[in-house]
Amino acid sequence: MKTKIRSLPTWLTAGLFFLIVGVTFQIVFSRGWLSEYWQVIIMLGTIMGISTLGLNLKYGYGGMFALAQAAFYGIGAYSSALITKDWVVGWSGNPAGGLAGVLALDVGFILAVVAIYYLKIGRLRRRLRDGLSRWLTTFEASVLATSTALVVGVLIIVVIGGGSGWLVRQGVLTIVPPALGALPSAVSQQVIFALALLAGALLAGLIGFLIALPLLSLTYDYLCIATLGFGIIAYVFFNNADKLIPTLKGARGMVGIPQLVTWPWVFICAVIALVVMRNFIYSSTGRTVLAVRDDPIAAETMGIDAYKARTLAYTLGCAYAGLAGGLYAHLYAFLHPSVFTWLKSVDPFVMMVFGGVGSMTGSLLGAYAFVILLEGLRVLPAAFVDWRYVIYPVILLVVMLFRPQGLLGSSEWGFLKPPRIAGRKQVQGTSAGMAPAESQASESQRR
Amino acid sequence: MSQSIQNPSTSSNSIVLKIDGLTKFFGGLRAVHNFNIEIKKGELVGLIGPNGAGKTTIFNMITGIYPVSAGHIIFKGQEITGIPAHEITQLGIGRTFQKIRIFPNLTVLDNVRVAYHPHARYNLFDGILRSQRFSHGEREMTEKAQEFLGVFGMDQHQDTLASNLPYGAQRRLEIARALATEPDLLLLDEPAAGMNPREIIELMELIHFIRDRFDLTIFLIEHQMRVVMGICEWLTVLDFGEILARGTPEEIRNNPKVIEAYLGTQATRMVA
Amino acid sequence: MKDKLIKVLLKALSWGVLAVVGGVILSIVGGWIAKDPITFTQQVLNGLQLGFVYAMIAVGYTLIYGVLKLINFAYGDVFMVGAFISYFGITKYGFSFLPALLLAAVGCVFLTVIIDRVAYKPLRESPRIAALITALGMSIFLEYFTALKFVFGPDYIAFERPFKLVTWNVGGVTFTNIQLVIFATSVIFFLGVQYIIKRTKMGKAMRASAFDKGTARLMGINVNAVIAATFALTGALAGTAAMLYATAYPQIWTFMGIQPGLKAFVAAVIGGIGSIPGAFVGSLIMGFVEAMTVGYVPLGSTLKDGVAFLLLIAILLIKPTGIFGDPFEETK
Repeated sequence: MKTKIRSLPTWLTAGLFFLIVGVTFQIVFSRGWLSEYWQVIIMLGTIMGISTLGLNLKYGYGGMFALAQAAFYGIGAYSSALITKDWVVGWSGNPAGGLAGVLALDVGFILAVVAIYYLKIGRLRRRLRDGLSRWLTTFEASVLATSTALVVGVLIIVVIGGGSGWLVRQGVLTIVPPALGALPSAVSQQVIFALALLAGALLAGLIGFLIALPLLSLTYDYLCIATLGFGIIAYVFFNNADKLIPTLKGARGMVGIPQLVTWPWVFICAVIALVVMRNFIYSSTGRTVLAVRDDPIAAETMGIDAYKARTLAYTLGCAYAGLAGGLYAHLYAFLHPSVFTWLKSVDPFVMMVFGGVGSMTGSLLGAYAFVILLEGLRVLPAAFVDWRYVIYPVILLVVMLFRPQGLLGSSEWGFLKPPRIAGRKQVQGTSAGMAPAESQASESQRR
Repeated sequence: MSQSIQNPSTSSNSIVLKIDGLTKFFGGLRAVHNFNIEIKKGELVGLIGPNGAGKTTIFNMITGIYPVSAGHIIFKGQEITGIPAHEITQLGIGRTFQKIRIFPNLTVLDNVRVAYHPHARYNLFDGILRSQRFSHGEREMTEKAQEFLGVFGMDQHQDTLASNLPYGAQRRLEIARALATEPDLLLLDEPAAGMNPREIIELMELIHFIRDRFDLTIFLIEHQMRVVMGICEWLTVLDFGEILARGTPEEIRNNPKVIEAYLGTQATRMVA
Repeated sequence: MKDKLIKVLLKALSWGVLAVVGGVILSIVGGWIAKDPITFTQQVLNGLQLGFVYAMIAVGYTLIYGVLKLINFAYGDVFMVGAFISYFGITKYGFSFLPALLLAAVGCVFLTVIIDRVAYKPLRESPRIAALITALGMSIFLEYFTALKFVFGPDYIAFERPFKLVTWNVGGVTFTNIQLVIFATSVIFFLGVQYIIKRTKMGKAMRASAFDKGTARLMGINVNAVIAATFALTGALAGTAAMLYATAYPQIWTFMGIQPGLKAFVAAVIGGIGSIPGAFVGSLIMGFVEAMTVGYVPLGSTLKDGVAFLLLIAILLIKPTGIFGDPFEETK
């Protein structure tokens, strides 16, 4: 057993660690010891790390092969960009217009979703379908169930979602500009940025929830193509969204986004994302997600609502992608739909697979490795620059063939490790109330 | 955890599970037809029959994994037909599977802790923010799980990954885990599968032990005649989805229709 | 008695909903037809043309999924390589239609089998996800590798048709010989594949392996050979489809396989993955919907990809196993 020295509580060591890392990098950056180019690379790596953490939530911990991460990245990016651009540059009549719009969507969605959840529309549909299967074929039952659920759902969305959204919009438009306008513009910009990141991540999570509702009841492979399909729909939307909101500029690329991202922003967001995810996984709700990943039917038999667990993991994973997207938008100050194709959803997959499926440490390491490798390869002589995208799938293939669980597998470092649990205090002597002991024979390996 | 709904009587005569006219169609294939049964509290009842007779299908319908085509399932006086599986478990039905279905990538301790989730005293946000409620609730769950494992002699394995356990231990874990959900009715699907005679005797002892210790009613599917004849109080025989016979093990053993179903008409002539 | 009444009412309701939805669609479509029957027929033809080409790719996806439960993401890129092979055949060696088609088919057969041996076979016993990710990786690799300058290069290349384009005008509607060629080739291949699957010993082995590999092995079937043969067959389909596609839409580039591949796969899902007639029907539906979107929906040409996937999501909500799929597949 350990010596008498009491080890520091994990949160203290972790806090110190992050403090040191954060400050070190901040010093390195501000002193210019790393070129601006590499600063951006490291920040990008951290941002992709957040997105990869989200994907790991969906796939590594949640067991869902979802290919739409780039779509949510894009939702977070575009929506947060709309908010800050409006405040700083202005494109709608009111500087708080972008914020009002996105928050209205957020609140509207949340309330509509909460309503749909509490009225259990998804369950309504399934119960209707199963119940109707007594009289109808599966197809007929599905038709009725889906159409009823659709009608009810649409009504709820319009009435509750639309109504609340409108209220929020009016509120924000009137309150925010004078309230924040009183502050010096540098401060108000940071406040707006924080709100933009939050609103964008929230929107991404909510849209994720919405598509999770119908899609998560599908089996594995169908979920894969359904999310792929959604990714394509999102891309088409981004490409054409300028017909709705001209400043998005669609395929011409959105410009004029204030470049508000600095290392502290990125670092703090990453730390928060990491801590939240770690605490989530090592809690009872987190365990249900893992259990559902391992065996959804067995989990149901244990009283766990598999659908709820999966939906939670999926929504959180989408929100993470949205946060990363928001940071991305304000790092590069330029958004083009080509960054959000479904093919780009493969990037976080590669990072996750490379670093370690089911490992938070692995997600971060994988993200950094990927970004540094890909960008670093840019320094190759011009003739070989195109080879970057040839090398990266080859790496993926090699990893899948020889170490499919990734570099770290599912192991973690430092405070991300599962908390140690003290063994049971042995009650001496009594074997009363114990189950008949196993004989030696059945202890032997027999699988 | 038991919710007495309409029948608060705890007399040993109360009916725990009542099934009526249970039928299951898979498209055009009729897998189960008109199954019915009444199981009283504390009984140890068996469901036997040739392979493919529909036994697991019946269990799947009781636990809510398959939708029911027709019929009613009434548990402790409450109709549970069509209720989602996780709610049925929370009402008090636990179950093991023919092919062991523990959570392979979770530790032994976590396998059991999952069972306590529906009654966790903290929610998602407590977990993320690591509030007081979380620490207390988590400690409570952990101690409860450890004590439970202790009853089955598995607490020293609490940190072992479930997939690393030997087969026999996995089976025990699966049963222990099902019991952690504090059921009133336990469904065991071929618990003796893959066991040697020595282990089968231990399993039979274990089943008797848990029935008494946890005040259970047990309904089990089994092929091993030793188990069936040894511990079941009475049996229902299923063939091609329909009830073939019902009675005590002795009665069933000598029933010509049952012999025929298992062995074919040749054997009946030989026995007669 | 009450049960019967409920049954009848509910059935009426569900078919009523379908009728209303169908009626709305029909009236819209009818409106299109009535307004300008010529354009409509033109679009129908466009749709069929596209659909028949998709059909061959879809059948390829469905065959592999049936046997291996694998979504062969790299299939669209094999298709792309086939297009380039036929291009080289035509331009460098002056091949005419049939030789170029055969060249493409053979080339794709080799490519598919090699891909299987190198990337998929080693992962046969691994969890399915590994093969899926590998397929994705293989797809990306093919796209970018062929885009390198010393291979096919990253530019769009104009495809030379190996025969002259002939058009006929019937009542204002334009037919082309390309459409005839596509219809004929597709149907021949479809019948050929059906024949192989239903009537030959290899086909029986394929169906057995698709149903249960373990049992098939126990019956003496060399499952690995069957899998290789299935891949080879899909290769031939891809090569042929590529030739037809390039003839109809004479512009090739190394990323041309992504969209047709995805859409063909979606078509296979719509028709019922694992079912060959399903793949065909699903493709026709897909082609039809795509052509109609381009023709009649404002901004259709940019939105058409999105519409295709909306269709997918609709089907997945209503009947996930597809039109011809076995509705109880999920419970197994």
